Amino acid sequence: MKILVCVSKTPDTTAKISFTNDSTEFNASGVTFIMNPYDEWYALVRAVELVEKNGGTVTIINVGDASNDQTIRKGLAIGASDAVRINANPKSSLYIAKQIAEFAKAENYDIVFCGKESIDYNGSEVGAMVAEFLDLPFISFASKLDMNGNTASIERDIEGGVEMLEVQTPFVVSAAKGMAEQRIPNMMGIMKAKSKPFKVVEPVDFPDLSTPVKYHLPEEKGSVKLVDPDNMDELVRLLHEEAKVI
Amino acid sequence: MVLVFAEAIKGQFKKAAFEAVTYGYKTAQALGSQCVALTLGTVENAGALGKYGASKVYNVSGDSLANFDSQVYTSVIAQAAEQVGAKVVVLAHTSTGKSILGRLAARLNAGSVAGVKSLPDLSGGSFKVAKGVFSGKATAEYEISSEIKVLSLAGNEIRPEESGSEVSVETLNVNVPAAKVKVLEVKRQEGIVPLPEAEVVVSAGRGMKGPENWGIVEELANVMNATTACSRPVADADWRPHHEHVGQTGVAIRPNLYVAIGISGAIQHLAGVNQSKTIVVINKDPEAPFFKAADYGVVGDLFEVVPKLTEAMKKFKAS
Repeated sequence: MKILVCVSKTPDTTAKISFTNDSTEFNASGVTFIMNPYDEWYALVRAVELVEKNGGTVTIINVGDASNDQTIRKGLAIGASDAVRINANPKSSLYIAKQIAEFAKAENYDIVFCGKESIDYNGSEVGAMVAEFLDLPFISFASKLDMNGNTASIERDIEGGVEMLEVQTPFVVSAAKGMAEQRIPNMMGIMKAKSKPFKVVEPVDFPDLSTPVKYHLPEEKGSVKLVDPDNMDELVRLLHEEAKVI
Repeated sequence: MVLVFAEAIKGQFKKAAFEAVTYGYKTAQALGSQCVALTLGTVENAGALGKYGASKVYNVSGDSLANFDSQVYTSVIAQAAEQVGAKVVVLAHTSTGKSILGRLAARLNAGSVAGVKSLPDLSGGSFKVAKGVFSGKATAEYEISSEIKVLSLAGNEIRPEESGSEVSVETLNVNVPAAKVKVLEVKRQEGIVPLPEAEVVVSAGRGMKGPENWGIVEELANVMNATTACSRPVADADWRPHHEHVGQTGVAIRPNLYVAIGISGAIQHLAGVNQSKTIVVINKDPEAPFFKAADYGVVGDLFEVVPKLTEAMKKFKAS
């Protein structure tokens, strides 16, 4: 089985977000970066598990500059076989998807995994775009995936429930919580990662059609209005008359 | 032309469809254009979308539209967009809309924005829309430069508004490809408003001390017609089902009212809920960081406060 896992680098979940250059750019200074949790904990780990059970290879792909190499190496330490970085500084999801699809189209992967969304731009778009460029089925928000030969049995999160489905390889899938358990790379994995194949590929030309041009931080909330714990009628009154939400 | 895909579940429109049509209508007005809606499969009362501003409603039917396959839906919506000459395509930011948005963008060579929360800013001939980024920690304005634009509208962002009257439904002839995804079963909790759509959410955390104590939370939620949610540690400990987990790595929500009970308010939790319009925090620790993000706070023992709030709500609902 030949699997591709798309990973992105995002600010740590606890990062304080700020912007520079007249609020037109994300301020990366002092921010710790991690592999996007949905890509790492769920997509990558499940891909590695499938290959451990059924044999095959897991390739990691990332579109970014050399500052992403450390994040990609972590993926190799978790158990991926090899890695590819498309050497670009992407500004839009369609650009990223195009780069991934261009690389993937000659490789005939059985499964292309990605996380259900990245925790920075929260678009949930790249997986769907890659699937369209490759003309493959796309199953989003998968919380469970089992393979039986070429058939995948998948559970997919939908509003207030779950959808059970089957699809034949090849396909693209986005991974949600529940698909696998986070793995911490061990010393052996970290050592092995250093000698695993890591390729850097130059991007193909593609325009940015949709890009962020200005950022805003949420307005500070006024100070909290404290209500006497023995006077819940007052809280109800405030919610009704002042906040007008009940 | 603005084309809105109005999603139906089991043949019925959800609020998200009316929100999307309202958004499409307002966008069309700003562009000096018209808004048309597209429904797929068997849909009851599709003409009602006219009330929200659709000047026409199109329907496409076909066996492979009965269940969701992003490839089939994308192909049909893209063909419809071409037939009506759509310059803007609007979807709802639901599990279905999110699965189609990127595909449509790739198919139509269109710039896309997922989860928009503002009407387009057309000043200076540009097309800009805002969306939440960094899991709700900030907002970004996106500029779309392509001729065709594809948007998914965040839930609870725009109220459905009636501006017109029912219109007739026309059948659109497009090629409906066969589905490659075989849906075996769809399980939905009946009678509960799913978290992303809920207008009132009652959520509880580790302060509850154990799953056996959730009765008071459920009772409050019941009185308030609210959907229940929980923090990550509670879901991880299997006190509550995972689909109730709200926060950065769970479900991101934006209800009108979020009541947080016994949740300290870690930054990852806040990221998923801080776009709620009003936040009430109940916690015995006055130093809990959540109070800084709250509109109303109650410092007290939740096991005493929550039943009192339930009683007060009952009184209010009865009055």
